[in-house]
Amino acid sequence: MAKNDVKLLGVWASPFVMRARISLSIKSVNYEFLEETVGSKSELLLQSNPVHKKVPVLIHGDKPICESLVIVQYIDEVWTSGPSILSTDHYDRAIQRFWAAYLDDKWFPAMRRIRGAQGEERQELVDQVVEGLALLEEAFGKYSKGKAFFGGDQIGFIDIAFGSLLGWLRVTEKLGEVKLLDEAKTPGLVKWAESFCADAAVKSVMPETEKLIEFSKLLMAKMKGAPPPKN
Amino acid sequence: MAEEVLVFGAWGSPFSRRVEMALKLKGIEYKYIEEDLTNKSPSLLKYNPVHKKIPVLVHNGKPVAESLVILEYIDETWKDHPILPKDPYERANARFWAKFIDEKCLSAIFKACWGEHYEHEKAEKEHEKAVKEVSELLQFLENELKEKRYFGGETVGLLDIAANIIGYWLGVFEEASGAELLTREKFPKLCNWANEFVCVTAIKENLPARDKLIAYLRNRFGAGNASK
Repeated sequence: MAKNDVKLLGVWASPFVMRARISLSIKSVNYEFLEETVGSKSELLLQSNPVHKKVPVLIHGDKPICESLVIVQYIDEVWTSGPSILSTDHYDRAIQRFWAAYLDDKWFPAMRRIRGAQGEERQELVDQVVEGLALLEEAFGKYSKGKAFFGGDQIGFIDIAFGSLLGWLRVTEKLGEVKLLDEAKTPGLVKWAESFCADAAVKSVMPETEKLIEFSKLLMAKMKGAPPPKN
Repeated sequence: MAEEVLVFGAWGSPFSRRVEMALKLKGIEYKYIEEDLTNKSPSLLKYNPVHKKIPVLVHNGKPVAESLVILEYIDETWKDHPILPKDPYERANARFWAKFIDEKCLSAIFKACWGEHYEHEKAEKEHEKAVKEVSELLQFLENELKEKRYFGGETVGLLDIAANIIGYWLGVFEEASGAELLTREKFPKLCNWANEFVCVTAIKENLPARDKLIAYLRNRFGAGNASK
């Protein structure tokens, strides 16, 4: 398939864009990465995602697909010759979708708010995030069955959904001066994180924590003055 | 082999009704357990320890939570009357809009109906803003429907079921609060769709009684913004 048949609109710092990139990599799909300028939105983005005006957007042929988890599932369903991202068992798929939704609806929103929060509110958010990690540790123990990933021997749906958030987790720990992923409390996840970041499909698209930290500081500074740039 | 399907739900919840609608469409027998959300049962807490919420589907002892996740599980388990198309792009589309409804529409609708409590002057402006937002969201759905009878095409699909909030609950919220959001003038297609939707047997049999729901909503949230 010609390279320009598959395009991905994204920004380097976005964990959601990363999910799409990892998935395309797993399936060995060639694609053109179109980087959006932070702070402005291209015509193509506004046209292909008029509802949310956000990245990532996968453009396959002339069809746009939006929302990172929808994109990952689409990639899994279209490119069937590569390794499966979601399980072939429909109960396991339900579990995978459940955890991905939990990460996006509850865990990540709480984590993102830590840096901007203070006092009691901040502590509550930290507690929520740490509790969430304990749940994920338990899930990891259950679903990995002793292997390296939630998906077993290979990266799967939960690995992608969760692993893509690791960069920002590290930023929160560094800038928020708080320990979230603790070897003593969640040893399984700590090891998993190492395996995930070392994986071939992930390595080339995982932004360096230092760069994310710089980016985050820039965003926070902007937010204090102007309306926040899009996510 | 005996198959056991349990559904933990709440009579007024569009989310647990979605699960029942899908099961009814596919002709699947299930046992329904009504939860008192102010006093959750040990079973619910056991089956959904992460969120402690309804709906939960328990299939032969294995729990599935989150209504949209449950809908996909139901479709993949029982093949009669498929609710998701086979084509990956159309599936992605259905998933996208279902998420849109849950993430954006419900909270916007609530705000437009019952709003937050501000001093009188500000309330008017906030109310206008909330109504405008709902209008924009509904317009997206109106455009998405195009000339189709249902979002799913010729038959009710996952997105129609997910849109039960728009198809029935929205009208009830409007009546309970006095808000006017889904008008025929602005959204003729969506209104037609809503009328067709509530006539489908599997849907009709799973709608909470209108009067009961209105009474509950007024009791819980008040008579609303627009009533004077």
